[in-house]
Amino acid sequence: MCLAVPFKILSIAEDGKNAVAECMGVKKEISLELMDSEVSPGDYILIHVGLAIRKINTDAAERTLKDHRQMAEIYRQMNS
Amino acid sequence: MMDLLKDFKNPESMKGFAREIERLSRKYSLQANFMEVCGGHTHVIARYSLEQLLPPEIRFIHGPGCPVCILPKGRVDHAVILSERKDTIVVTVGDMIRVPGTEKSLEKARSEGRDIRTVYSPLEALEIAKSSTEKKVIYFAIGFETTTPSTALIIEKTIQSGLKNLFFYTNHVLVPPVLEAILSDSTHKIGGFIAPSHVSVITGSEVYRPLCEKHGLPVVVAGFESGDIMQAVYMLVKQLAEKRCELEVQYDRCVTENGNIKSQDLVSRYFVLEESFEWRGPGFIEKSSLRLRDEYDFLNAAVVFREYLPEIHTDDHRLCLCSEILKGKKRPADCRVFRTRCTPDNPLGACMVSGEGACAAYYKYGRTG
Repeated sequence: MCLAVPFKILSIAEDGKNAVAECMGVKKEISLELMDSEVSPGDYILIHVGLAIRKINTDAAERTLKDHRQMAEIYRQMNS
Repeated sequence: MMDLLKDFKNPESMKGFAREIERLSRKYSLQANFMEVCGGHTHVIARYSLEQLLPPEIRFIHGPGCPVCILPKGRVDHAVILSERKDTIVVTVGDMIRVPGTEKSLEKARSEGRDIRTVYSPLEALEIAKSSTEKKVIYFAIGFETTTPSTALIIEKTIQSGLKNLFFYTNHVLVPPVLEAILSDSTHKIGGFIAPSHVSVITGSEVYRPLCEKHGLPVVVAGFESGDIMQAVYMLVKQLAEKRCELEVQYDRCVTENGNIKSQDLVSRYFVLEESFEWRGPGFIEKSSLRLRDEYDFLNAAVVFREYLPEIHTDDHRLCLCSEILKGKKRPADCRVFRTRCTPDNPLGACMVSGEGACAAYYKYGRTG
């Protein structure tokens, strides 16, 4: 029920209330009316029931992935 | 180029986290049950067999975070009653339509000719109301803090547009009070929390601080992917190994300390704390849900249609162990009716109702419990 999916913004409507965004090749019109920060095309946003609820911090995502890659390396080393 | 979905469920990373969890738990002789609060997490844990990656001394307890599961039958009955009035359309989301009431589900009512529509986005309820002005459209809203802002937004749009035929039967519940209720049973077996992803996007991580400070339990706010959950377990185990008890955020790509303030303000404009709400499983919990403010009674279906909605209380089956499962005292396989008389097609208790409930997730992915 609380599922939310990351989408990339392709374009924003003139009134700023809606955007067209894409995830895994699927394009959707989404509402920006719950967003609490400015967004631009190219930004990643989290979508819940058709509404954007957060701009995704890609620097933080990259930091998390670095931890994940480190763990993958530990696993590979233990199995080599 | 980073892939925000796939990159966070790399099998080698998950096994690496599992190795580190095992190493730390053996070195420090740790034994702990961690409650994942969110039903979405429960589903991912079952789907990716995450518990099988962990050493036996680290277990998951599946929490109450499935809004479909925790809705008492009487509320479904109210939706059915509203749909059976000849001038109404009931609008709801996804899974809700399958949930059995005392006598029937909304799906059954629809098969009997009632006008019941499921939508992906609550905003569609507005369109339905605009195009069916001769009907009374009732939006049956459910959900935790993640979903309440979307209901508040359509309430605002209903008022702004002057629509007179859209009403709201709301069932918006809150995460912190149900966790407090579970912890108030001093025999609970919870050693730490994996806090929800998207509830926390709205509320911010600070709402969980009392769990650390008052109850002395570590909390990690975790992302939605399987790798995120494994990392959260690792962070919890590391806290125990280092004898820390802190609130940490694994999902910092989306969760901040204070959350989405604009959404919180929108919710508090239209909603207020309800004195008490009945949860299927844990029972009545004080101040654990929101209701529409009195000045919006004219939109509140529970008020507008009050004379047709009797108070209905239906207990779960006497053999059902859901309330014990939600406290982590029992597991689905401990229940005598699990898989036998209680199945997703005929759920006897809360945890079997939706794919986000512990029993339904175990059933679907063949977990024996």
